[in-house]
Amino acid sequence: MSAHAEHHHHEEDFLFKYVFSQDHKMIAKQFLVTGFTMGFIGMLMSTFFRLQLGWPGKSFTVLETFLGDWAPNGVLDPDKYLALVTIHGTIMVFFLLTAGLSGTFSNLLIPLQIGARDMASGFLNMLSYWFFLTSSIIMLYSLGVEGGPASGGWTIYPPLSALPQAIPGSGTGMTLWLVSMSLFIVSSLLGGLNYIVTIINLRTKGMKMTRMPLTIWAFFLTAILGVLSFPVLFSAALLLVFDRSFHTSFYLSDIYIAGEALGYDGGSPILFEHLFWFLGHPEVYIVLLPALGLSSEIISVNARKPIFGYRAMIGSMMAIGFISFIVWGHHMFMSGMNPFLGAVFTFTTLLVAIPSAVKVFNYLTTLFKGNLVFTPQMLFAVGLVSTFISGGLTGIILGDAALDINIHDTYFVVGHFHIVMGLSAIFGMFAGVYHWFPKLFTRMMNNKLGYAHFWITIVCAYGVFLPMHFMGFAGMPRRYYEYSNFPIFDGTLEIGTIISVFAIIAALGQVIFLINFVYSAIWGTKAPKNPWHSNTLEWTTPVEHIHGNWPGEIPEVHRWPYDYSKPGKELDYVPQTVPLEEGELDEGNHH
Amino acid sequence: MTKFLIIVTGILGLAVVFQILRTFQLAAKLRGKNDWEVTDHENKTQALMMPIFMVFFFGFVIWQIMRWGHLALPEAASVHGEQTDMLLSVTWWIITPVFFITHILLFYFCYKFVYNKDRRADFYPHNNKLEMLWTIVPTIVLTCLIIYGLVTWNKTMTPIAEDTDHVLIELYGKQFDWTARYAGEDMRFGDANIRRIAGANVLGIDSADVNAADDKIVKGEFHLPVDKPVQFVFRSQDVIHSAYMPHFRAQMNCVPGMKTQFNFVPKYTTEEMRQKVGNPEFDYLVLCNKICGAAHYNMQIKIVVESQEDYDKWLAEQATFIASNEEAPVQPEKPEVVEAEAAAPAIENDSTKTE
Ligand code: HEM
Ligand SMILES: [Cu+2]
Ligand SMILES: [Cu+2]
Repeated sequence: MSAHAEHHHHEEDFLFKYVFSQDHKMIAKQFLVTGFTMGFIGMLMSTFFRLQLGWPGKSFTVLETFLGDWAPNGVLDPDKYLALVTIHGTIMVFFLLTAGLSGTFSNLLIPLQIGARDMASGFLNMLSYWFFLTSSIIMLYSLGVEGGPASGGWTIYPPLSALPQAIPGSGTGMTLWLVSMSLFIVSSLLGGLNYIVTIINLRTKGMKMTRMPLTIWAFFLTAILGVLSFPVLFSAALLLVFDRSFHTSFYLSDIYIAGEALGYDGGSPILFEHLFWFLGHPEVYIVLLPALGLSSEIISVNARKPIFGYRAMIGSMMAIGFISFIVWGHHMFMSGMNPFLGAVFTFTTLLVAIPSAVKVFNYLTTLFKGNLVFTPQMLFAVGLVSTFISGGLTGIILGDAALDINIHDTYFVVGHFHIVMGLSAIFGMFAGVYHWFPKLFTRMMNNKLGYAHFWITIVCAYGVFLPMHFMGFAGMPRRYYEYSNFPIFDGTLEIGTIISVFAIIAALGQVIFLINFVYSAIWGTKAPKNPWHSNTLEWTTPVEHIHGNWPGEIPEVHRWPYDYSKPGKELDYVPQTVPLEEGELDEGNHH
Repeated sequence: MTKFLIIVTGILGLAVVFQILRTFQLAAKLRGKNDWEVTDHENKTQALMMPIFMVFFFGFVIWQIMRWGHLALPEAASVHGEQTDMLLSVTWWIITPVFFITHILLFYFCYKFVYNKDRRADFYPHNNKLEMLWTIVPTIVLTCLIIYGLVTWNKTMTPIAEDTDHVLIELYGKQFDWTARYAGEDMRFGDANIRRIAGANVLGIDSADVNAADDKIVKGEFHLPVDKPVQFVFRSQDVIHSAYMPHFRAQMNCVPGMKTQFNFVPKYTTEEMRQKVGNPEFDYLVLCNKICGAAHYNMQIKIVVESQEDYDKWLAEQATFIASNEEAPVQPEKPEVVEAEAAAPAIENDSTKTE
């Protein structure tokens, strides 16, 4: 036993164990709980504004109770509608699905699955969480300030986001948004660098890159995307701060507002759009790749079958990651940028469909002739494949500049990105929680509640987001408070109502998950060491959390992680720690 | 008091739920099982749910198409719009089968290959041929789509040649309405700059510019002649707006500090379109499609498409900039503006820099 383990074995006091912990498992839990808390708030916001969208102008006591003077007489104020939509989007994309998803599972699984005692730097890891928490608190605090929180959409395009005269939320609310997001970016960079360094340096003996589970590959690529793109958002935000506070003109020019010509000159909002989407598009994959990684692992374990095309899966994730850096302009086809650029971005965007298609076919082939165990996590993983298909296909329409002309910024887009990014990532995250709950909380979650949770969620999720495509094809713009000023949209009222009903049921369905989560974390059945008969290293650690993860030596790895149902073996799984037999092939490492 | 009751009920409710869960847990234990272990029965049920869900899912999609399909925008009212719609149909014809086939495979495999303890999964880690196949086929299909898409895009976005007979119109967005300006006989707009906005001169037009004299400014609605190319120039005064004309398959952002453009040829008059959609009240519209503030949801202007004669007649009735400027009560402001310009040549430079 090394000095290392001894050092950690003495009693720690509560504060350092639960609060200022540097242990990756505790930090993972902190990310998870904070992320889910933010997610629930974001979801609550969406149900509030869905009330207005489903029953425009109708008075709801619940709105008045929760939102106070944002909803005078129970009817949501148009300004505050935009505020809710903006913060909803921000929370969901960044706080739930970036920090909550990557933060939780990268932290939990990287050391456990590569065979490391902890992250390369426990201290930076702890800082990463604290920056995230501070950023969350500031974002929530901004809801209460004079003028309300940022309201210009999660994309915060200037001049709207730069000028309080344009929308009240662009005052203090926007300042706090920028402060919060800056801290968030710091958190994300600290986390990301740590993940990259850990994966490169701290793999246990025998853990070649080509023996890493796909989860780790996904976290690795995600961290690289984050480290390369978040700084660009940071600079975009910084220049916006300059424009807002020091009257520079990076993004602003020739503006006359509230009866006054402002002194800005020579800036371009399009510059901001480029900078924003240079992060914004990779961000979609920062959200999505971890979910794809988690589901690859889960599908393989629960199909009792190796993931089909391990190398192709890695290759396609790399391709997706790379291409995601050269497609940002597809958000700007109608921005006024040169149409030639539009053509280039159409080309690169549609290319993404190729690695995505490869992934889908590989998932399907993995299921083919498998021996499928339908745990709740398996259901969510299958759900992810479905949403990834449905949302990916509508992306082929949106990525085509000529078609985007007429559906850009309509509800079609809202339907598309919620399905492909929102649902896929959320499903991946839920799947991950059900699967790795034993590693997080040493206990098991309840199955039956898991089943109920899945079916309610997928039915309602499609119930919410499929109809939005029809609104888009009717030409209905997004970020509209209501449509009653347009007789041409009269027929669409019932679509809105149906969506809202599904949204409310979906939200209630998440209570099932919440109950299961809380109950199981405290009173759930104690987990066995390897409940899912899985091959990866995390299941060789003791159930109870200990510092350094393994009581003795870190195990050595001898094979790839997907030897499920290998012919000639007694069990239908062969953990990575089992040495290869004489003449046995290591599947990930030969062609 | 009610709040207190609600809280107490909530807590009690939770306690009850937790007790029930506890009971299940214990019952399972008594039967020598764990509540988290997937039983044979559960596995079969979940596997069966897959095709059931699929039927519901497809049914829901088809139901929506039947119920809401007619809400989709009517036939394109512009010439390039026909091609856009054609491209869209082709894309749909590619996507839809893929959607159904992959989903059928997904749910069928889930149903068919449910766990059976007497069987082993196939150990099938990869197959290079298969993987090549489903890399190459999508690549070919997408290459075709990309080429088709780019051809359509380039055609749509090519500006109208100067020597083609066309209408030149500026659409000017501000929180929260639209103003249209016709270039007039000379087919040139007078210089405009937000620093000259004053009184009735809402577009900040330079009245000293000879090109400005015959410009015509209209609000509330603007007219277009049918079958004649229209070149739009877009400007914004404050934040980004987007001029969305869905019936013409046309959209472009209006960006403060720069000019953007789009062009199309209207194909049907408002009257013809009313007959086509069977709604005597139908009107073409410009909607704002970029979040621009509290009243973003109500920033519109009507477009009337009519015959060349009607259009000429209507346009002749609209006052020119010079005329409206002369009769405007804010007349005294004019010299002031000119003076300011003389005093500050920087502003003069300004107004030309976006050209
Ligand atoms: C309970 C489930 C959810 C419902 C009912 C819901 C509903 C909506 C609706 C209706 C809008 C559009 C409002 C508008 O444009 O006027 C919206 C915006 C948005 N949602 Fe969600 N959403 C949900 C979950 C999510 C999730 C999981 C994500 C994560 C990706 C997400 C991300 C966003 C984003 C980024 C926007 C755009 C915000 C903006 O326009 O600035 N939402 N949501
Ligand atoms: Cu994108
Ligand atoms: Cu607008």
